Formats: sequence, structure tokens, C-alpha cells
Amino acid sequence: MKKALTIMLIALVAVSSVFAQGGSESSGKTEVYFLNFKPEIADVYTNVVEPAFEAAYPQYDLKVVTAASNQYQATLRSELTKSNPPTIFQVNGPVGIAENSSTVAPLQDTEFYGLLADKGMALSLDGNVVAVPYAVEGYGIIYNDAIMRKYFALPDKAVSISSAEEITDFDTLKAVVEDMSKHLDELGIQGVFASTSFMPGSEWRWTTHLVNPALWAEYGDLATAQSAATFEFSASENFKNIFDLYLNNSITAKGMVGSKADADSMAEFALGQVAMVQNGNWAAAQILGTQGNVVADEDIKFLPLYMGLDGEKNNGICVGTENYLAFNKNASAEALEGADIFLTWLFSSDEGKDIVTNQLLFITPFASFSADEVPNDPLAKQVNIWMNKDGVSSIPWVFNGIPSEQWKADFAQAMLEYINGRYTWDQVTQTAVDAWAREAELTGR
Amino acid sequence: MEKTLRKYFPLFALPALVCFALAFLIPMVWGFVLSFCEFETITNPTFVGLNNYVRAFTVDNYFTQAFWFTLGFTIVTVISINILAFALALILTKNVPGTNTFRTIFFMPNLIGGIVLGWIWQVVLNGVLAGFEQTLLSDSKYGFWGLVVLMNWQNVGYMMVIYIAAIQNISSDMLEAASIDGADGKTTLFRIIIPSVMPSITICLFLTLTNGFKLYDQNLALTNGAPNHQTEMLALNIFNTFYSRVGFEGVGQAKAVMFTILVAAIALVQLVATRSKEVEN
Repeated sequence: MKKALTIMLIALVAVSSVFAQGGSESSGKTEVYFLNFKPEIADVYTNVVEPAFEAAYPQYDLKVVTAASNQYQATLRSELTKSNPPTIFQVNGPVGIAENSSTVAPLQDTEFYGLLADKGMALSLDGNVVAVPYAVEGYGIIYNDAIMRKYFALPDKAVSISSAEEITDFDTLKAVVEDMSKHLDELGIQGVFASTSFMPGSEWRWTTHLVNPALWAEYGDLATAQSAATFEFSASENFKNIFDLYLNNSITAKGMVGSKADADSMAEFALGQVAMVQNGNWAAAQILGTQGNVVADEDIKFLPLYMGLDGEKNNGICVGTENYLAFNKNASAEALEGADIFLTWLFSSDEGKDIVTNQLLFITPFASFSADEVPNDPLAKQVNIWMNKDGVSSIPWVFNGIPSEQWKADFAQAMLEYINGRYTWDQVTQTAVDAWAREAELTGR
Repeated sequence: MEKTLRKYFPLFALPALVCFALAFLIPMVWGFVLSFCEFETITNPTFVGLNNYVRAFTVDNYFTQAFWFTLGFTIVTVISINILAFALALILTKNVPGTNTFRTIFFMPNLIGGIVLGWIWQVVLNGVLAGFEQTLLSDSKYGFWGLVVLMNWQNVGYMMVIYIAAIQNISSDMLEAASIDGADGKTTLFRIIIPSVMPSITICLFLTLTNGFKLYDQNLALTNGAPNHQTEMLALNIFNTFYSRVGFEGVGQAKAVMFTILVAAIALVQLVATRSKEVEN
């Protein structure tokens, strides 16, 4: 009996050690695993980038997996514990780095970091460069100029201005939008604004992007927001201004917003059913890729997020980045080397740059790109125009200083309760303030 | 022979034991240990004592809210599923034409996965509610009853099959004797049929009870806890705590341990209670 037990134990140990080694690869190729954050371009990675890179560097096996719709951090977390963890992953800024502080690898010696034009844009942790931005983005209210021109040509319009470019503050925007709502049939649209999407996972356009001007008005810059232990939401009324304008002049009735995803909103815009939608230049691929898209490229333009802040006629669209790439220091040395080679290839070889500019549609911060190598899509061009416009300055992305994902989730749910009529706006404001204080304390501010 | 068998028993049991240990025992023990730790990935824990168990209730009240929601949901579905399934089983054992077709149709929803079911019902229910300019997310009561409908649709067929098997097993002598003695339909049902199928009732109650408590996919696909965590059930709350909140992995683990103990305790109590009512056939 005793002998049998001994045999059993030995066998157990042997079997489990076999299982423990199951993860190692033996195909001879080094796998470079990139966990992508952008679903809009997931197909480009699998259909174009992977074959092109593997053709240029046959010793590597590139694997791109996409996770988004608020699931990125959760996916990353579970992938990192696997025996074949991602080599390259995305962090959304300083908060993302703090969340992954035990995983990020130093990047100052990589060639990829060397490509960055303004080294100050990279993020550091304990004296090491750990995250490098790869795409600069801008967002605001995207409008269809053809519909706007049609409106301004109406004989009985209620405003005195004659083009969308003359809208420079919230009052004008509100007057135009509300008057447009009265002329829906003449304009051939079903609502001025696309759906205020609140399907689970589609709330990010409000919880981060729309709240950004309010955060900026309160904190002034990202560094202050990042260290802020409390949030007063002093621009709460301004936020409500534009949020109500979206809801009351929308293609979708208030009660129905819970069934709309952000992709639905973009489709409504592309199909010409609405005149405006809040989103950023990354949505160009979505608009242009919608089957039956009726919006001409030259009619797709940006308006800043006007909400009645002081001096807002000098504010441009929100320009910044939450797209930083980091390396996993627990990946093998060969994989890390491969990751550097892959990104250097993508952002500096002619073939890679062509893919980045024309298919991934990134406005990059790298010195390897010349001034005319910017994406050809209408929204990227618009971002460039707004960044260089006289008399206006872009609003930085202060929302990267939001203490945690939980704050966004709580804020989103409070907004949904407001839409459903069970919360007053004061309760929404209070939720945002309380949740910030709680999350800031939990994250050690 | 007997002796040889005993001698080699451990060796023959080994493969199953190894699998059981790897897939169940080790993760469970490790999970229990982790509930007392703070960790980023499960390989680098630091011990923090009972802190996680305290934080599960103090940081927000979503866990207790989820408990009450789950409890209400389970009570409603256990009753509705079993009554409906038993009623269908009674009808379909009465030589109704097309019995087999009906049995197949009622059983079929059970073959579809929970996520898919959730999406299907989300579309159906949102379509119905759209007539009133509402969605599933407009009010938590829609989410609650939506889940109840979904759960019934999925589980009634399965429980029905168990009941049918049991009812068909009742000896016809007994039913004949009852009818000769002048028992009417109601008396036959409560005095003969129900006591005879008590073992099946035990199984069905057990299955529906634990299914209700452990529900996850349907909840995730139908409402994902919205609005404002009001339709979030325990399993979804645990998942969200573990994966969506940084620094809360240990808290999620602590919740999971409490959840396991709770479900095991409820199921045991229920098992003992119904077992004592079973009659010997």
C-alpha cells in the first residue's frame, strides 16, 4: 500500500511538471504578441500588417488580438497571467501605467523610442521610459456640411449666421440645433444628433470625451487632474447644457438610448440620417466603411465641444492621445527584441509607413514621418486644420487623469438614471464628485 | 483478487485524481488562499488578512444589492420553472397527439448557449419595449422580468424531461387502484403522482436553485447589470470586481469564496429538506 502511494506521488509530480512546461513553443519562430486596443482597425492588423511583417521578417510570428469596448484592461489582465503573455500592449496614460506598474518594461534603449520626435511625450515610471505614444487624435462634434449648407439656405431659418464655421459658442450652437430640429423634413434628416449611445460598453463618448472640457476647465492640465484628490464638477451645468442638447435633438427617443451602440450612431451619420455626431478622427474608418455611406469626404468636418465655458470661442477641438504602447517585461528577451523590430519596421520602413498612413490612419508623433505623410482621411485632415487654426488652441486630453475605470462606470450609470428620469442632475453631479473622492483615495492620491 | 485490486487501486485512480487535482482542487485551494491576499496577477500575492472580506461590503453596496437581486430572482424562477415544467410534463404524458414533437420543441432552447440566448432575448424584449419608447436598461424591473422569462424559456424544457421520465415510471397498477377506489384527478395528483416523483422534484429543485444563483452568461448578455448595478447578479458582480477594478482582485476573490460557501450551504439545506419527504418506491 505504502509502495503504491509512493508510486502515485511520484507519478503526480512527474505529470504536473510535464503540464507546467506545456507553454513553451518549439516551432523555431519567435512569437510577438500584440494586444490591440482599436477595434476599428482590427482587420487591417490581421489582413495587412501580419502578412507584411512576417514576409519582411520570416523569423517572427506576429499575433495580433483585439480587445475593446471597455474590456481591454480585463483582457490584458487575464492574458498577462498566461504562459504566453502579450509582448506589446496598450496603456491609456499615467493611470494605465500605474495599473500595470509591475509589467511595463523600460524602453529608453529601444529603436522604437528613438523614432519619437518629441521625447517629452513618452511616459516614465521610476526614471525609466515605459510607454511611447503612437497616434495623436482629435475629437469634437463631427458634422455633415452638406446638411448644414441646406439648413443655412432655408428662407425661414431663425439664426443670422450663414455657415457652420460661424458657430463659435454654445448659444449659437443651441440656436442652430434647435431650429434645425424644427426643419427635419426639409433637411431630410431624422434628428440633428446621432443616438446618445448608452448600450453597455458604448458610454465612453460621454464619460471620457464629453466630460473632458469640464475637467480641463476645472484642472487646467493633465498633471493637476492626475493628482487631484477631489473633483468639484464646477462645470456641471455646462456639461448638462450640451448633454441635454444631444438628448433633446436626437434621432433616438430618450427611453431608447440604452439599446444604441456607438457603432449605431456612426452608421446613422454615415447614412445621412443625422447632421452631427460626437466622435474623433478614429471614426473616419467607420464612416467611410459603412455600406451606403452618403456623406461626401469634403463634407465631414469638426466643431469643438461648445458647452458655454468662459471664452470658449478660442477653444479648438480636443487633441491628445491615450494610445501608448508598452512592452511586457515578463516576456522573453527574443520576443521583446522582436517587438522592437516590429514597431520600428511599422513606423519607419516605407512599407510600414504606407500601411500606417493609408490603412491604420494614424497621425503619428514619430520623426520618421514627413509632414505630407498624414492620413488621407477627411477627419485626420480636419484635426490638422484645427490644430493649426489661428486664434484657437486645442483642449488637451485631461480625461486621462480620471482616477479609475470605476469612476467612468459610476458616472455613466448616473447619466443613464438621469436619462431614465430617476435621477436629478444634482444627483448625477453628486455621484461624479463622490465617486472621484472615493476612487482617488483608493488609488492613493 | 480482492487484495490485488486494493493494491492497484491508487494507480488506476491516478489519472482521474491528477485531473481532479489540477482542474479543481489546486485552483480552489489557491483561490481560497488568494482571498486573503492583495495581488495584481495571481502569481504575486501579498497577505492582507481579512481586509478583502471587509472591503467587499464597505467600499460600495453592490455586493449586498446583487445578493438580494439574486435571491429574489432565484425564488421566482425556482417556483415558476418547476410549476411550468411539471404542468407540461403532466399534459405531455396524457397521450396528446404530437407529444414527441412538443417534447422536442420545448427541450430545444436548452441546447442554445447562455450568451446567445441573452442576445436573442435582448433583441426580442427591446423590440417589444420599443413600442413604449423604453429599453431593457430603462428600468431594473424590465431586466428582472426579462431574466425570469429567459430562464424559464431555457430551463422549463429540461426539467420537463426529468418530470416526464418520472411520471412515466409510476406503475399503472397504482393509478388503476386509485381510480377504482374512486380518486378524482386532484386526489390522484396530490396523493399518488407527486409523492411518487419526489426524487425528481428534489433533482429539479436543486438544479433550478443552483442555476439561479450561479447565473452569469444570460445576465451579462441581457443587461450587463445596468441600470446602475440594479440587475447585477452575484456571479457578474464577482467578475466585475475581479476584472474591472484595479486593486480589487483580492476583494473579488473574497466575494467568490463567500459565494461558494453560500451556494453550497443553501443547496445542502434544500437537499436535506426534500430528501426527508421522499417515499420509498
